[in-house]
Amino acid sequence: MKIKLTTMALTALMAAGPAMADLVFPSLSYRTGPFAAGGIPFADGYADYFTLLNERDGGIGGVPAKLIECETAYNTEKGVECYESTKDEGALIYQPLSTGITYQLIPKATADGIPIHSMGYGRTSAKNGKVFSHVFNYPVNYWDGASVGINHFKKQAGGSLEGKKITLLHFNGAYGKEPIPTLEALSAQEGFSLNTIAIDYPGQEQKSQWLQIRRERPDYVLFWGWGVMNQVAVQEASNIRFPMENFMGIWWSGAELDVLPAGDGANGYKALQFHNVGSDFPIFDDIKQYVTDAGKAAGAGDQIGTVLYNRGVYAAFLAAEAAKAAQAANGTKEITAAMMRDSMEALTIDEAKMAAAGLPGFGPEFQVSCENHGGGGMAAVAQWDATAKTWSLISDFEASDSGIIEPLIMADSKAFADENGIAERCN
Amino acid sequence: MFYREAGDFKTSYTDDNQTFPIKFDRYRYYVVLTVAFGIIPFLINDYWANAFLLPFLIYSIAAIGLNILTGYCGQVSLGTGGFMAVGAYACYKLMTAFPDVNIFFHVIAAGGITAIVCTAFGLPSLRIKGFYLAVATLAAQFFLVWLFNKVSWFYNYSASGQINAPERTVFGVPVTGANTEAWATYLFCLVFLAISAIIARNLTRGMQGRKWMAIRDMDIAAEIIGVNPLRAKLSAFAVSGFFIGISGALFFAVYLGAAEAGDSFGIQKSFLVLFMIIIGGLGSIFGSFAGAAFLVLLPVALKLVGVDFLGWPTDIVAHIQLIIVGALIIIFLIAEPHGIAQLWRVAKEKLRLWPFPH
Amino acid sequence: MPEQLVFAMEVFLNGLMAGVLYALVALGFVLIFKASGIFNYAQGVMALFSAMTLVGIMKGQVPFAHVINVIFGTDVHYFGWTVPALLAIILTVAVMVLFAWAVQKYIFSHLVGQEPIILFMATIGLAYFLEGVGDLMWNSEIKKLDVGLPQGINEAIDNYTFNIFDYGFFIDNLDIVATLIAALLVGGLVIFSQYSKEGRAMRAVADDHQAALSVGVSLNFIWIMVWSVAGFVALVAGIMWGTKSGVQFSLSLIALKALPVLMLGGFTSIPGAIVGGLIIGVGEKLFEFAIGPMVGGATENWFAYVLALIFLVFRPQGLFGEKIIERV
Repeated sequence: MKIKLTTMALTALMAAGPAMADLVFPSLSYRTGPFAAGGIPFADGYADYFTLLNERDGGIGGVPAKLIECETAYNTEKGVECYESTKDEGALIYQPLSTGITYQLIPKATADGIPIHSMGYGRTSAKNGKVFSHVFNYPVNYWDGASVGINHFKKQAGGSLEGKKITLLHFNGAYGKEPIPTLEALSAQEGFSLNTIAIDYPGQEQKSQWLQIRRERPDYVLFWGWGVMNQVAVQEASNIRFPMENFMGIWWSGAELDVLPAGDGANGYKALQFHNVGSDFPIFDDIKQYVTDAGKAAGAGDQIGTVLYNRGVYAAFLAAEAAKAAQAANGTKEITAAMMRDSMEALTIDEAKMAAAGLPGFGPEFQVSCENHGGGGMAAVAQWDATAKTWSLISDFEASDSGIIEPLIMADSKAFADENGIAERCN
Repeated sequence: MFYREAGDFKTSYTDDNQTFPIKFDRYRYYVVLTVAFGIIPFLINDYWANAFLLPFLIYSIAAIGLNILTGYCGQVSLGTGGFMAVGAYACYKLMTAFPDVNIFFHVIAAGGITAIVCTAFGLPSLRIKGFYLAVATLAAQFFLVWLFNKVSWFYNYSASGQINAPERTVFGVPVTGANTEAWATYLFCLVFLAISAIIARNLTRGMQGRKWMAIRDMDIAAEIIGVNPLRAKLSAFAVSGFFIGISGALFFAVYLGAAEAGDSFGIQKSFLVLFMIIIGGLGSIFGSFAGAAFLVLLPVALKLVGVDFLGWPTDIVAHIQLIIVGALIIIFLIAEPHGIAQLWRVAKEKLRLWPFPH
Repeated sequence: MPEQLVFAMEVFLNGLMAGVLYALVALGFVLIFKASGIFNYAQGVMALFSAMTLVGIMKGQVPFAHVINVIFGTDVHYFGWTVPALLAIILTVAVMVLFAWAVQKYIFSHLVGQEPIILFMATIGLAYFLEGVGDLMWNSEIKKLDVGLPQGINEAIDNYTFNIFDYGFFIDNLDIVATLIAALLVGGLVIFSQYSKEGRAMRAVADDHQAALSVGVSLNFIWIMVWSVAGFVALVAGIMWGTKSGVQFSLSLIALKALPVLMLGGFTSIPGAIVGGLIIGVGEKLFEFAIGPMVGGATENWFAYVLALIFLVFRPQGLFGEKIIERV
């Protein structure tokens, strides 16, 4: 009972108003918990990019970017606490980095007028900007990923998947079940037979699943996993001698740390990516010069160029570009979350912008519009070379089959709109 | 000085048996109620509601539920997370199936449904005891989470398997959905907590509670003196399930707004609520409050100190947080195995005599 | 032979192998529970911690490097040497003995005579503590663990079964090694507890604390010893699982796999842990094989518990548990 009184006393203390001087980018990271190994490089990349902007350019348009890091441990409740504790600091954009937290923040942030950018995760049907006014998932979503993956296999099979067997091995949860409707639609269109095999969290033990794959001998396996599931799946695939070039993971199952423990057995494993890999970009020289060597790196500095670090850099780059555009469009340097949202809705990423930021050819070119919050849905395929210990893209950024995906997105977002009584925008 | 029974005359048995026999305690209780209902709603903001108060209120309900089962009836359960999920999904299905019925009744009904499920999983307790039962309740935890993941009827066939709470109002004020005010959600949960606590208190000090405690202390002896173990144990499971279901429904509908079985109602939740009642005090309603407050406040307080004041990197703070929480649990168990409630009782006893301890 | 039956045989064999791994984890629980009545939830985290320590020592990592760097502004990560696997294992065992001593001295000597549930909670607290310390000490990256154990399909079995059934069985070499090591470990433990002085003292303590104390057995020593042995078992389990998936947080969750094994086998029985492990391993694999596809798969997590639960309803003390005698 006394605690309530203390709470109130603290309330009075904490109510002091926040300063609005900097551009605030909260980073809901997870450096602890079951998925820490994947969360650390992403958080480092995100932080280092903003540190670079501050050190090299003095911020974005002359205003320093302020990164508020908040540890979620991939836990939805901590995510809520993080959101509430940072939103009054003038947060411009949230990148929740967890599908669960994204789902929770969608109504909250929409009500508070702060945009959410869930890049390659979160609610797929948020692509429909008519329903989801404050949620963006450019440049790509899971359904695009499924489609691009199937297209790649189709090419690999010589142009037709007629009569082939494809297995989806997936995390038994919201995230892993995402691609199933798309794949079912594609299976009807392309004529392959689809089988789904679920793995329960955490996925330390996958013998049953891989024995099943070994018995059924599918031609291709698509894989939606995260955390320890990735390492075990790659290891088991190499154990049963599954041809690795027919085994493809989504972008959350395609980092160095997923394949390294399996050693040479992982050679040839493929993964979808929506940004480039490797450290061969001018920006990384700048990061070395201004951030790492200056002792300002967020992490140990040994992650530069890894897949997840690059993804953090890419996320920060997209956020910074939107902030820049918002400054230009509104003629003010001190932008608000509402300006940020408008600018995200009109965001165009082209080669010139990427090159100017030191990231030539780093991601696909795309455009965001009021109706389409999901960009072009372009993804590329990367392959692991176990000898050189590097990932490299083996295809261009290719578009997904929007004829299949659009109706699914419309159906799902309409269900959400009906359930919540949301009127369509952009008309 | 103030805290004593001198001059507080009781003229009837009813008076003598009241929850707060000491005048000072009674006044304190009224003050707390007034502050909770009359003052906090005017001071509250989003951060304090969502970071402390809502989780505190909701976990208190869950802790009261588990305390009835574990603290009063002696049946250790690790299925709390799964039962909260039942409450959450029941509430979701009811909210979407009957949008015109007030959310208040949905939450109550969700509690009722959970009570039924909980009773069903309580059946083995007639045969299985002690740690064997604790581990057996894990079967409920894993099975229920798997079920809610697998059967898409539970999440209305949405593509992602997430459930979202649509907007629902009480007296025209939204309490779920996007456009809620902090005070409304707070009061909504507070009403449930107050009712739950009063019901639980009166159940546990009446005949039912005495039966439960007899079963807890030794079930064979209780059976011999005429307590029906089947009824006593199952009623404890049912009552406990009812409260846990309510807390699960509130947790999903009011606090999180969106949930997924494995994410939000995993085994960690079961352990967390069990921690709460052990740190707070087994077999004590106040202990349920104290434990919930302790475990909700501590991590956030540590984060505030570590990250915001000392400016340490978030990961180090998070790790140190784990270490401190772990160490505190151990220290607590060593220093006071009966929890905060026992400390509180000792403090009250000291206060009664103060300043003349002899 | 019908194809399904051949497949079922393969699943059965793999279930046996998986069961051995579960039994290995369960063994650590049984040892401590038998000797001190503590249900040690931290066993899983101990497996993680010991495996992390092993990798850390092998790679010559500086313990607490991250904290040191933050506080002193230095940039140290590695000592720059590597330690051979065997020596590193010995050093890790030493660390686990030290850990056992600390746990006994600072925690459980203060909790003697408490109710089982309190002791159980204390081990959960310990699990949190150890998890935090482990991550701070050796960082939370995924670490590749390679102590030279073979991995991958066993060719001989593959070819042999292919000749008989026209379908080669998949048996992982790592599982075979794990089975051998587990057998050795159990054999060693049995010999130790039957024939050595300390082992006998341990059994005496398990039977009756008071009586053991009165004939001059040092409870403190026995408990430290039991925790050390449990730490060693945790290390073995950590090596097996860590080789498979890399050493990372999820290793601590293998404790959850061991709990149904314990229920089934009885908390106090070493043979129970082995038999229970085999039954659970085979049961969950066969269920996933036969029924799983009909209900959508991923049944393994709960099936083990439900199997154990149904079993317990008929035999409340588990397969080999001590008969519960209740008196008023």
